[in-house]
Amino acid sequence: MQATLGRIGLWFAILLLAIMAIAGAQDSGFAIQMTIVGIAAFIAMVATARAHDPLATKTGMFKLPDGPEVYDDAPVRWGVIATVFWGMAGFLVGVVIALQLTFPQLNLEPYLNFGRLRPLHTSAVIFAFGGNILIATSFYVVQRTCRAQLAFPKLARFVFWGYQLFIVLAATGYLLGITQSKEYAEPEWYVDWWLTAVWVAYLVVFVGTIVKRKEPHIYVANWFYLAFILTVAMLHVVNNIDLPVSVLGSKSYPLFAGVQGALVQWWYGHNAVGFFLTAGFLAMMYYFVPKQAGRPIYSYRLSIIHFWALIFLYIWAGPHHLHYTALPDWAQTLGMVFSVMLWMPSWGGMINGLMTLNGAWDKVRTDPIIRMLVMSVAFYGMSTFEGPMMSIKSVNSLSHYTDWTIGHVHSGALGWNGMISFAAVYFLTPRLWKRERLFSLRMVNWHFWLATAGIVFYAGSMWVAGITQGLMWREYGPDGYLVNSFVETVAALHPMYALRAIGGVLYLSGATLMVVNVWMTIKGRQREEAPMTSAPYDAELDRPIVSAPALAAQEA
Amino acid sequence: MSMISTHKKIERNVTVLAGLAFITVTIGGIVEIAPLFWIDNTIEKVDGMRPYTPLEQAGRDIYVREGCYVCHSQMIRPFRDEQERYGHYSLAAESMYDHPFQWGSKRTGPDLARVGGRYSDAWHVQHLTNPEAVVPDSVMPKYGFLADTDLHVADMKANLTALNRVGVPYTKADIEKADTDLMAQADPNADAGDLEKRYPKAQIRDFDGNPDRVTEMDALIAYLQVLGTLVDVNAPAAQEELAKEKGR
Ligand code: HEM
Ligand code: HEM
Repeated sequence: MQATLGRIGLWFAILLLAIMAIAGAQDSGFAIQMTIVGIAAFIAMVATARAHDPLATKTGMFKLPDGPEVYDDAPVRWGVIATVFWGMAGFLVGVVIALQLTFPQLNLEPYLNFGRLRPLHTSAVIFAFGGNILIATSFYVVQRTCRAQLAFPKLARFVFWGYQLFIVLAATGYLLGITQSKEYAEPEWYVDWWLTAVWVAYLVVFVGTIVKRKEPHIYVANWFYLAFILTVAMLHVVNNIDLPVSVLGSKSYPLFAGVQGALVQWWYGHNAVGFFLTAGFLAMMYYFVPKQAGRPIYSYRLSIIHFWALIFLYIWAGPHHLHYTALPDWAQTLGMVFSVMLWMPSWGGMINGLMTLNGAWDKVRTDPIIRMLVMSVAFYGMSTFEGPMMSIKSVNSLSHYTDWTIGHVHSGALGWNGMISFAAVYFLTPRLWKRERLFSLRMVNWHFWLATAGIVFYAGSMWVAGITQGLMWREYGPDGYLVNSFVETVAALHPMYALRAIGGVLYLSGATLMVVNVWMTIKGRQREEAPMTSAPYDAELDRPIVSAPALAAQEA
Repeated sequence: MSMISTHKKIERNVTVLAGLAFITVTIGGIVEIAPLFWIDNTIEKVDGMRPYTPLEQAGRDIYVREGCYVCHSQMIRPFRDEQERYGHYSLAAESMYDHPFQWGSKRTGPDLARVGGRYSDAWHVQHLTNPEAVVPDSVMPKYGFLADTDLHVADMKANLTALNRVGVPYTKADIEKADTDLMAQADPNADAGDLEKRYPKAQIRDFDGNPDRVTEMDALIAYLQVLGTLVDVNAPAAQEELAKEKGR
């Protein structure tokens, strides 16, 4: 009772603070954001009060697990739904901005201009879609591999809902023009502080569960999740040290400026890729590939080398985002050398994932979820080959600032992060809702092909666009003058941008099938369909042909 | 194998595992980032750099708000084609008062590091209002609303104070006069006082073609027009400093 009252009081205090902030707000954007905070605090307050249920009769959003003998999967279930929801939102905005670059009339000033929507896209896909699948799978995996229920169940619920509030504040902020304009670290100071609180709670829940474990060893997936949580905390805090102009306004100025700011930012930015989009997703690979294939991880020793080499080397690679800039040369060279070395552990990880399928390769043909996992790991291998290549200064002199980078990003993002997340969603949904199987495996197959086709359009068009752009910028005529004005290079890309948008639509339609599939599975429906094996078995036909005379002889 | 048996111990203890992982991920950052704060050739010493005037800073805050960096870089690399297109390559000193830096990573539009003085104010107004009217193949969004929006900063003094605390050398006088400076720079009817003395090369005029109001368009154009104009990269002193900078 007292604890409940305390929590209600805490939410009430936050509500009061939000109302005070609205009243004194320095800018209208801040007032709107604080209204969102106030509404969230109010909902949390009411929900806490209603969840106070000494006899534990109620069900609902804040329901705690029934007893110690079951896994606490409610936050995982919400996480799967949130992943699907934010994924759709992020891909949709991706398609919109791709179309805006093709048809600039689609910009609607001021709120829906490209400059405000693009950060919305990147945050929605990385932090909302990617972040939710990471939190959901980590909660699922850590319980299974530790054979222990999630520690601090109430805190785990705070992590989930607090993270959603972070997403809503960040996203609405961009549309209102509240941004620090530092790539992948756009949210303003108060949103950063909120995320820090949520993230510390996340660490506590995760480590707390490991401490409770009934297995002597910590499984390799959990090393990667742990490194991801710790490193993201470090990066986020250091890169977001800034000074608010007023505690009642949204604006702040970062502590670091110019060249120092750039290096800290790309130390952050590159490792957002390295730990958010890579280490965390590798943890998913280390759990879901062996599970779905029904085989143990290929090599335990390779896992150890992969883990330590990867987390050590990644941190150094940030300066490859700053080649030929005003960053001192030694730092650029260090960044280049470590990026090239990074190729090795990356491919070590890929090999460990793919070779796990040894002896189960036939499943690539018959099981579309395995196929997604294989495709995902293959794209991981591809973008971690391309990345080190783009880190070489002479290559980067061409690729930097062009769509080649965008192509690289999306072969990693759509191929590696997207595919493995879809596979995880398909793996988890029937298990979490206790369904015998998915609504439809054939729809998974369609999703796979639509997504693959989308990636081919996207990556292909952006490679052509990037190299075209890079070469046109530096093209000299026989007279010794530059051949192209800048806008001629823009016009040349128009068809490529249209092809990219088509790729985006394909990818989005694949994801729409996932929405239907997940929805129907949760409702407990199963689609009547032929099984996925390619050649159906017919016992009637499975016999030698006996010629007619032989038969006649037999009968006689 | 001994590596494996050692690791068996590590992976049975979450504190050791987390501790070692954390140490592993800090090393690279410390080695690369820390020296930038004390090695003195990180930023060349060049004449002419000064903090932004309140109006330029307000314009910069609008540039940040609108996310212009997602399409425009402000970092010219030392290649022949870039220097012919955009001007002398960017020096570290030129962004030393930029909180946050806006170097960018994608050039959907051209680099803006030295756009100051390249176009007239009227061109900028027209271009920002409807880019395709001036550059038919442009894919840039319209920003006409800036010209209809009065420049409103709750308390410019507080902005300059915050910037001062993070290291921008504004003087006491600069901070005291921040709110009057902000309006006076774009208002032909106001008295700018000693603004130009405190901020050398400051451009004092109406920028958006509407002398009766100080709008967000005024501020943004004031910022664009100062970009790259402060340091005379061809002055002998600057060239000498640059010669010492290695490797670019
Ligand atoms: C339907 C699918 C998608 C479409 C159509 C799409 C489209 C786009 C477009 C048009 C841009 C702007 C490029 C530019 O400024 O020139 C962009 C940027 C970006 N997108 Fe996507 N995107 C999609 C999915 C994703 C996913 C799933 C992720 C990550 C998990 C992602 C991550 C990013 C990132 C990180 C950037 C910024 C790249 C950079 O700054 O270099 N996108 N996307
Ligand atoms: C060994 C691994 C990798 C290396 C060495 C690497 C290297 C690079 C390089 C050199 C760039 C271009 C920087 C520039 O010129 O501006 C880049 C951009 C990028 N890469 Fe990778 N990459 C790797 C793997 C990945 C993976 C797996 C992803 C997953 C999605 C990814 C996501 C990105 C993103 C989002 C950017 C764009 C950053 C921006 O906004 O400019 N990278 N990477």
